[in-house]
Amino acid sequence: MRAADLATVAVLMLVGGVVLFDAVRLGIGWGTDGPQSGFFPFWLGTTLLLACAVVLGQIAGRKPRGVPFVTREQLGPVLKVLWPATALVVLTQVLGIYVASALYIGFYMRWVGAHSWRSIVVLSIGIPLVTFLVFEHWFLVPLPKGPLEQWLGY
Amino acid sequence: MGFEDLFLGFQHALSAQNLFFAFVGVILGTIIGVLPGLGGANGVAILLPLTLRMPPTSAIILLTSLYWGALFGGAITSILFNIPGEPWSVATTFDGYPMARQGKGGQALTAAFTSSFVGAFFSTLLITFFAPLLADVALRFGPPEIFAIQFLTFSAFVGLGGGNPVKTLVSIVLGFILAAVGLDIVTGQLRMTFGVTDLMQGFDFIVAVIGLFGIGEILLSVEEGLSFKGVATGMNLRVVLETWKVLPRYWRTFARSCFIGFWMGFKPGGATPASFMSYSFAKRFSKNPARFGQGELEGVVAPETAAHAAGVAAMLPMITLGIPGSPTAAVMLGGLVMWGLQPGPMLFREKADFVWGLIASMYTGNIIGVVMVLAFVPLFAAILRVPFAILTPVIVTVCAIGAYAVHNAMIDVWYMLAFGVVGYVFKKLDYPLAPLVLALVLGDHAENALRQSLIMSQGSLAIFMTRPITAVIMAAAIVFFAMPAIAPWLRLLRRRRARAVAATPPGD
Amino acid sequence: MRPLSRAYAVSLLVPILLAAGPALAAWEPTKAIEIVVPAGTGGGADQMARLIAGIADESKLSPRPVIVVNKSGGAGAEGFLYVKGKKGDAHTLVITLSNLFTTPLHTGVPFNWKDLTPVARMALDEFILWVNAETPYKTAKEYVAAVKAKPGGMKMGGTGSAQEDQILTIQLEQALGLKFIYVPFKGGGEVCVNLVGTHVDSTVNNPIECVSHWKAGRVRPLAVFDTERLSAPEWKDIPTVKEALGADLHYLMLRGLFGPPAMPKDAVDWYVDFLRKVSETARWKKYVDEGALKPAFASGAEYVKWVEENEKLHRDLMSRGGLLKK
Repeated sequence: MRAADLATVAVLMLVGGVVLFDAVRLGIGWGTDGPQSGFFPFWLGTTLLLACAVVLGQIAGRKPRGVPFVTREQLGPVLKVLWPATALVVLTQVLGIYVASALYIGFYMRWVGAHSWRSIVVLSIGIPLVTFLVFEHWFLVPLPKGPLEQWLGY
Repeated sequence: MGFEDLFLGFQHALSAQNLFFAFVGVILGTIIGVLPGLGGANGVAILLPLTLRMPPTSAIILLTSLYWGALFGGAITSILFNIPGEPWSVATTFDGYPMARQGKGGQALTAAFTSSFVGAFFSTLLITFFAPLLADVALRFGPPEIFAIQFLTFSAFVGLGGGNPVKTLVSIVLGFILAAVGLDIVTGQLRMTFGVTDLMQGFDFIVAVIGLFGIGEILLSVEEGLSFKGVATGMNLRVVLETWKVLPRYWRTFARSCFIGFWMGFKPGGATPASFMSYSFAKRFSKNPARFGQGELEGVVAPETAAHAAGVAAMLPMITLGIPGSPTAAVMLGGLVMWGLQPGPMLFREKADFVWGLIASMYTGNIIGVVMVLAFVPLFAAILRVPFAILTPVIVTVCAIGAYAVHNAMIDVWYMLAFGVVGYVFKKLDYPLAPLVLALVLGDHAENALRQSLIMSQGSLAIFMTRPITAVIMAAAIVFFAMPAIAPWLRLLRRRRARAVAATPPGD
Repeated sequence: MRPLSRAYAVSLLVPILLAAGPALAAWEPTKAIEIVVPAGTGGGADQMARLIAGIADESKLSPRPVIVVNKSGGAGAEGFLYVKGKKGDAHTLVITLSNLFTTPLHTGVPFNWKDLTPVARMALDEFILWVNAETPYKTAKEYVAAVKAKPGGMKMGGTGSAQEDQILTIQLEQALGLKFIYVPFKGGGEVCVNLVGTHVDSTVNNPIECVSHWKAGRVRPLAVFDTERLSAPEWKDIPTVKEALGADLHYLMLRGLFGPPAMPKDAVDWYVDFLRKVSETARWKKYVDEGALKPAFASGAEYVKWVEENEKLHRDLMSRGGLLKK
């Protein structure tokens, strides 16, 4: 728990530093007609750094509770959600959302749920197909498309 | 106005054709409301080109009904999956989602829809009778007043306290920082973009919310195993009637939320602050505030009533003044122009049939809406019965589509994923997420309004004291901020007085 | 068949078919046409894009639907850069406002209109000096005198920063020796509402943003920033800035369309024809009338020349106003 807490504070402090850096570039003063662009970011950055320092103090002043941030048993299922979701995003970039989501839904149903192949095929093709009709046809909202859609003339 | 105008309006709104459009609008709107990322504004914009072939009155009925549908629909995913479909549904997740996890999803949905309807009906009544009168009040709200409202919303919510105060501060500041990324409209400079095109659009509130609340919650809940909690008990319409029996108990919350919603909605301010503020007040005035956040029915009633009241009220400045009271109304105004109507104060006089048809359709549209969504409550609640291995990838896919649709940008989908991890980590480390989200949604507006005010006053903060409306709102805000500090004293004082009263001999 | 080879085969086939029969059209959209709006939903550019989409559907001018996509980040830079990145694409257009010039000049975003393929100019938007109707200023002269009497005390509201409204304000200040407090807002509608609510003293709104408040007697137009008066009957009593104040100030805003870099010539021709047909519909004409826009359809060399001149003008105006990227 302690390590995760410290790591989070470190990342937040980094964010604070980046914000300060940019604020100084923009000008942190109070111009003739109100604050400059960097005024609020500067104080936000400063407040963040100070608050992080206090959190650090709290962590230091507390005895480690010995509770892990996440146990191995907990991490397993979390990753089982996170990795496929990341894969979906990567695949969407390459294949478009429709093909990617078909693969993603199909894979997930088999891997986690061990559903029958018939329902996998029906759902993993049916859901993206309905999505396609709703977005591209009814609402005329373009979603990311890949080679397959291009080949089909979209 | 006269009743004959309203009567004329109903003749339009109740024609078979217009009832049909209202029906279609509500269905489409509910779908759009359910899909996170596709808000009412997008939905209306998407349909706008198709309305050119319709008579203007039918067209506006279709679009407004779509908007009502989106307002109803936003609650569904908030309650079932902790994913707010719309910004104003964020506060609905606070108690709606815990209720769903306890197997009370049906009750939460019923309460949400019913509250939405009550709020909408209240606002519609006020619009019907006081529209032109209220329009002038809206005009009095310039940048200083808008800033004051944002400040009040924020202080009312943050003053509620709870949790580690320093970590709350970190969350707030982080929200404001994220809101500042992108173009600073006051100076036209790019902030914190470091030359990266993808950062220019900034961090959209919806993307952050889908990630922090939606994905984050999935990650958190699977720690206990790959399944969803909250298989509802009664899967039939009886749940609606049972919930209705309980709801009248909250009449005070209903009334308060209606007023807050209408008041915030009919001038620039909007449904999102209204829902947060209403939630804050409900908790403050509640006899058992500790139950809020744990699945309290009142915590669903308050934000939903206010959000829908505000959503309807946002139509008022649009009809009477041609001012968009919300982003959705802004798109509808564009529609008026495209249909060859001139939005603005003359609309009431020149196109009375259009205006009164629209007002009458607010009644019909919301009635159709509430009947429809209530009829589907068992179905919505049954979604949670879908096996985990099917539901999870579908939710994640819908989230990804929603995030993409906000700006048609792939980067937003990545942000969503990142926010999901942040949400998971923050929740585990006791950084509260709601203040972050509120800061993100208010940050941009609040900073602009503040700086516009300061430009107007040439850098003097006195502008917030000298304008009467601003001064009153600011004073209220400061009281709320100070609440955690004053409250113990007040309680002490009250107890003393009570003791003094008890001590005085009777018969005096 | 792989998608590439199919496209290749089609591209080979097309010239053959063309040679075979002149009856065959040269190029037609084969998928939905995307109009990118480098601004938010509900603004003037967004309205126009959606109107084009609506007319295309209503009058069946395009075999494929027109879809509108908003990319407003970074004062429109996001939208422009997106189109710039779609080199050779034949199904994307971007509708521009003055931020075509002002955004790259002020923010230094690596983008110039020369990166894009000019398609057509649809209309030009006018600018008018407005005051609240309850103020005593009946003419521009009276208002200017009041501003002179109170230097740095009068507030001018406008859309955004370092964009057309601020450029106009600075022009006014420099030509007449005035000093305004410029208050930037998010959109034109919001600006006019703030004028009605007397939170600012004057604005330089487009006619369409204020017309309804004017008809309701809430705001008063004082002068048009154009070389000649507006032609529509209800607008033609408003004097030009030159007539009213003696200073030759004029500014028109582009409402035009561009394609991505290296857009195929056939496609450009098709879009020019398509947009011309749109601009000839009754609905378009009504829209232009109501909004007091200047109908100014132009394409090809005429359009390019206009854009070139206006880029120079913006660079000039913005450098005098100190609005260029430092």
